[in-house]
Amino acid sequence: MLSVTDLSVRYGAVSAVRGLTIACEKASIVTLVGPNGAGKSSSLGAIAGSLRGAKVGGAIEVDGVSLLGKSPEQRVDRGVALVPEGRRIFTRLTVQENLELAGYGRPNAAAGIESVFARFPVLEKYRKRFGGLLSGGEQQQLAIGRALMTEPRLLLLDEPSLGLSPLLVEQVFESIVELRAQGLAILLVEQNVGRAAEIADKSFVLRNGVIEGSAIAAVDEQLVRVYFGAEER
Amino acid sequence: MTEVVQYAVQALSLGGLYALFALGVALVFGVGGIVNFAHGQLIVLSMYMVVATDALPWPLTVLAALLTAVVLGVAMETFVFRPARGADESTYLIISFALALAIQALVLMIIGATAKSTSFGQSLARAVHFGSVQVPAVDLVTLGVAVLSLGGLVYLLRGTRLGVRLRAAAEDFEMARLVGVKANGVMSATFALGGLLAGIAAVLLCASGGVVTPESGLQPLLIAFVATVIGGMGSLGGAAIGGGLLGVLTIVLQVVLPQSIRSYRDAFVFALVIALLYFRPAGLAGTLRKQERV
Repeated sequence: MLSVTDLSVRYGAVSAVRGLTIACEKASIVTLVGPNGAGKSSSLGAIAGSLRGAKVGGAIEVDGVSLLGKSPEQRVDRGVALVPEGRRIFTRLTVQENLELAGYGRPNAAAGIESVFARFPVLEKYRKRFGGLLSGGEQQQLAIGRALMTEPRLLLLDEPSLGLSPLLVEQVFESIVELRAQGLAILLVEQNVGRAAEIADKSFVLRNGVIEGSAIAAVDEQLVRVYFGAEER
Repeated sequence: MTEVVQYAVQALSLGGLYALFALGVALVFGVGGIVNFAHGQLIVLSMYMVVATDALPWPLTVLAALLTAVVLGVAMETFVFRPARGADESTYLIISFALALAIQALVLMIIGATAKSTSFGQSLARAVHFGSVQVPAVDLVTLGVAVLSLGGLVYLLRGTRLGVRLRAAAEDFEMARLVGVKANGVMSATFALGGLLAGIAAVLLCASGGVVTPESGLQPLLIAFVATVIGGMGSLGGAAIGGGLLGVLTIVLQVVLPQSIRSYRDAFVFALVIALLYFRPAGLAGTLRKQERV
């Protein structure tokens, strides 16, 4: 589904990502973990096409079609949706408008909204409310719902649990697992390493822009140790 | 009482016209982050189109003027600003300044510096009587057109898909693209709307003044920027309020200032603007928005 080969991201003289090679298949969750500044968000941004002023090299393909050189909106049309860090919902649009906007021109937009409301009932309750008036957890649900309205095949999630209460974190992770079951390929950047590793089919640790370790399987103690710097390698 | 009503209509009419100036600039800045100095040139070129077509029936003249501004607005975006998309705001600033100067130079070369007059709107140069109250017809038409235009813009922004796209792009252009909003489409629509507002303003200016020079766009542009800053950069509602306020203030000072210092009216207007910005540096809407969120 998603194939990233030898990805590099540079901001002027600063190299944010070097030689990143990962793949993410349909109905699977791949996580990228690592400390701040490791290049996780830059990697997602390079795939979504949202990096301004960055030089992106290597190859990024979705179902064999290269995304490099394509605009963000063309990548959305190719089935790529980003739930960015900090949610970035449209605060001056209502909940319904936030969702409708992402569904304009999509064949199943009307059914899509009902499906989002079924998944996140609080959004239906507040459908006429401005996005900026929602709580953090509700905004996160809206951000995921908005991405789903674009009818994606690949979902890029950047720190979806950031700033949420433990209960809401659990809800978000449950939704991610459900979306995998529905066939979505999910690339997850997460600071909640233990929980992310539990749901992931494969995890990668990024440090200083390069992959430092990877693991296949649910909970991987070594991965956590690598992440926290107590390597036994 | 009669005079008060007359002045009120005059003030609201000028306020409406200034709001149209401001909205054209604020829309392009709000959505695209572009401070478009060439907006004044859209008004000028549209006014020249009124001069060139004023022998035609007035609906055709209006249509020609509006089309001129819309087409040139879209062309500006497509051929001048689009190649620089993604650049920072200072780059846009320099591009739009250069574009404004280039258009002005072209107008001077092709049409010349001599003022051109038009007979367009002469039938409005009469008073309408409401009992003892006399109001210039052109002021009533200006007020009516401004209110309709503002109402139409509000409807477009609140009640249509294009409006939702524009509001989303105005808040976070990059995020709008990340949910599939087409950057080219939304920017073309923004410049088309900005052009339409410039065209409407140009028609109203021709109807009330009837003289065009290559510099005719300068004062509307200055007013638009001041109104936009008063309202709070990036806020459409703020720009409309800022424009309206500036127009009303101009007429109020015209009336209340003693005859001996009346010629300094604009100096008083801008002194009040400076005072306002001293106390409300973010502009009116900046303050209002902060209050809403508390």
